[in-house]
Amino acid sequence: MCSVSAQLRPDAPGRTDVELLLPAALADVVDGRRLLSLRPGAEPGRRDAGAAESTVADVLALLQADYPGVYRRVCDETGNLRRYVNLYLDGEDIRDLDGMSTVLPDRAELLVLQSIAGG
Amino acid sequence: MDAVPKAMPAAEPAAGRHGVATVLAIGTRKGLWLATSSDRRNWELRGPEFPMTEVPSLAFDARSGTPRLLAGVRSEWWGTNVAISDDLGRTWQEPEQAAIAFPEDTGASLERIWQLAPDSTDRPGVVWAGCEPISVFRSEDGGKHFELVRGLWDHPHRTQWGAGYGGPAAHTVLPSPSDDSVHVAISSGGVYRSDDRGGTWDAFNSGIIADFMPEKYPEFGQCVHKVARDAGNPQRLYAQNHGGVYRSDDGGGQWLSIADGLPADFGFVMLAHPTRPDMIWTIPLGSAGERNPPQGRPAVYRSVDAGGSWERFDAGLPAYDFNAVLRDAADVDDADPAGIYFGTRGGEVYASADEGESFTLVAANLPDVLCVRAVAA
Repeated sequence: MCSVSAQLRPDAPGRTDVELLLPAALADVVDGRRLLSLRPGAEPGRRDAGAAESTVADVLALLQADYPGVYRRVCDETGNLRRYVNLYLDGEDIRDLDGMSTVLPDRAELLVLQSIAGG
Repeated sequence: MDAVPKAMPAAEPAAGRHGVATVLAIGTRKGLWLATSSDRRNWELRGPEFPMTEVPSLAFDARSGTPRLLAGVRSEWWGTNVAISDDLGRTWQEPEQAAIAFPEDTGASLERIWQLAPDSTDRPGVVWAGCEPISVFRSEDGGKHFELVRGLWDHPHRTQWGAGYGGPAAHTVLPSPSDDSVHVAISSGGVYRSDDRGGTWDAFNSGIIADFMPEKYPEFGQCVHKVARDAGNPQRLYAQNHGGVYRSDDGGGQWLSIADGLPADFGFVMLAHPTRPDMIWTIPLGSAGERNPPQGRPAVYRSVDAGGSWERFDAGLPAYDFNAVLRDAADVDDADPAGIYFGTRGGEVYASADEGESFTLVAANLPDVLCVRAVAA
């Protein structure tokens, strides 16, 4: 789920941006930009016991807040990835990881691609 | 509002004062085309808009000034939204937030917008949307933002409604021009009516057969394909059913067969003349097991006596065509004489400038036509 988390602080100092790479079809809705930098509040890659970790869902929550036109094309209103949208974390499909709960490593790169659906 | 990417320059409607040019919007499985004509016989075609995007619903909202064109657009990748053009297709805007979205507590997500229906001139900002999964939404701001009609979503019958072949949808929304009633048709759930603008709903299917169910005349569950309202009597409705063609003279309280005189009682289309009482059109298809023009001979059937009798018209139509016409792939304009338009799943679009008596080809070789809407501009 991509619900907005109260712990997110996009302007928090010392955090590493997550790079969200967009396909051309989505770049058109953000003035041609192919890369969005998003900074979740929790430190990416942190694994300390009890520490908050940033997940894919956290990044998508930021996307929802800052770029709703991109978000609604990537996720439906239940918060799930759309059926024919794939999201790769450093080259791996998040569906093959922990989905929305996948914890982000430091300097994560998320790549949005549409699948080869249709005829 | 987002600007919408285009594959090629937008259509440029023929210049002219209101009523001089006709604009025909053609929604297909893969994109939107716009055709313009000054005589409804010779057409200029431009498109596609919205490449790789399904356009199953269109509406011209002509209640004030330049008609607003609303398009229910659906990408297999990027989801569904309402796109709006206030300049007859030259430019398009989509709200940044989805125009139609299910509230979180429903756990549902919008699949497809089957119907966009501007309300009467007395309710200038109100637009209704019939959607999949089965639901109705209402906008108060001309189609930029819609709210779920909770009365229908929470209806106790909802869990028992089925899915038509095209998906579980409220495909027809008919707000009354004369009172607070609204009719909705559902495949497969039947006809429902609200008398309080959507607050509460009851099934109105008495007399409509459901020959695919053990009980042939259930309270609900019928697969009604399209409902249209008579121009002269708001209580008179016409329905093309999944097997059966009907008329009701009491707002859906009782339905009577008007299928006699038609070559088949299956089909999707039902059109009513916008100003002339008792004039209607349908486009029959073979039985539910065929779903093509009977014997491959497409024709439009017109009645001028509210379904008491029917007359066949096929001038200008192909002698051999096995492509169906879907429920919203037909429209009637408000000119005099009225124009009739329809598109096929084979991608051909036809127009009639003489109330359906003869047709000319508007376009061919398009993707499956899902929706056509015409307006004088």
